[in-house]
Amino acid sequence: MTVLILIIGMAVVTYIPRLLPALFLDRFNFPAWFQKWLKSIPYAALGALIFPGVLLVEKDQPLLGLAGGVAAFILALLNLHITLVMAGAITVVLILQFYIF
Amino acid sequence: MRADTKFIQGIKSGLPIALGYFPVAIAFGALAVQAQLSWIEATLMSVIVFAGASQFVGVSMLLAGAGAAQIITATLFLNMRHLIMSLTVNDQMRHFPQSWRNLLSFGITDETFALLTLGGASEPQGKEWTPCYVAGLMGTAYLGWVSGTVVGGLGASFIPQEITTAMTVGLYGLFIGLLVPPARKSLSFGLIALVSMVVNSLLGLILDSGWAIVLATILAAGLGIVLVKEEA
Repeated sequence: MTVLILIIGMAVVTYIPRLLPALFLDRFNFPAWFQKWLKSIPYAALGALIFPGVLLVEKDQPLLGLAGGVAAFILALLNLHITLVMAGAITVVLILQFYIF
Repeated sequence: MRADTKFIQGIKSGLPIALGYFPVAIAFGALAVQAQLSWIEATLMSVIVFAGASQFVGVSMLLAGAGAAQIITATLFLNMRHLIMSLTVNDQMRHFPQSWRNLLSFGITDETFALLTLGGASEPQGKEWTPCYVAGLMGTAYLGWVSGTVVGGLGASFIPQEITTAMTVGLYGLFIGLLVPPARKSLSFGLIALVSMVVNSLLGLILDSGWAIVLATILAAGLGIVLVKEEA
């Protein structure tokens, strides 16, 4: 029963931040500077999501995550499809884990 | 484009996320079972919470003996970044009916947000979005997450740790693969991403990672106010 309450509680506090902008956005017309800020959010958010988090995929081996990230970066520079970028990063980390780390 | 075509396009766009989610969700399901949740409870959590980081933190705290109130509070703060992401996504869904916006906001995760906003020229942008496209994308990601949880919950821990680690790197590959092409085309956006990485690293020294990400995003995006050129 407590687990059920926990799960429902987590669901509620997860949905609220996602929902609030949907409910209140209509009342605002954003000024130009705010729109520029909004346009920049994806880049800033992804930067923050990637680093330094990628170093922590294996807590004691930051170089392992770094190697995967660098592999993804190189493949992304080649403009490969996103699935191939993901597969490349995974493959590099798998190989490194089994043969080096 | 017709609605069903848009829906299928959304499914295609969501596939890489689903593929990335599936193995990570297996790991989540297995961890949840270790924390004494039944596979049904683990699946229910994925069905109604649908937030990877929160679910991992929640279950890990449960394993460490934390109470429900503590876990729920931690979840709330961890999810503050979704407020900003939802603001960005909803700004581009202004032309959707309210009920669709309410529903689709549930599907905003780090990964669906990344794909929707930085999916590249082959993806519909902003005003071209339709509810069917966004629903197809999010629904596919959602199915990957939920089905992986079922497999992990039932099969427990037949996947070695090494595989899970490598698969987690796959989701970083998704972020990097989405960020690099547009950041290359625009020096300003590339710079914003780099500054955000640095700010996040520094803030991470004094704050927990959830807040560091939120603040780094807000601050680094602020650079855009100066750098981004006026819309034509």
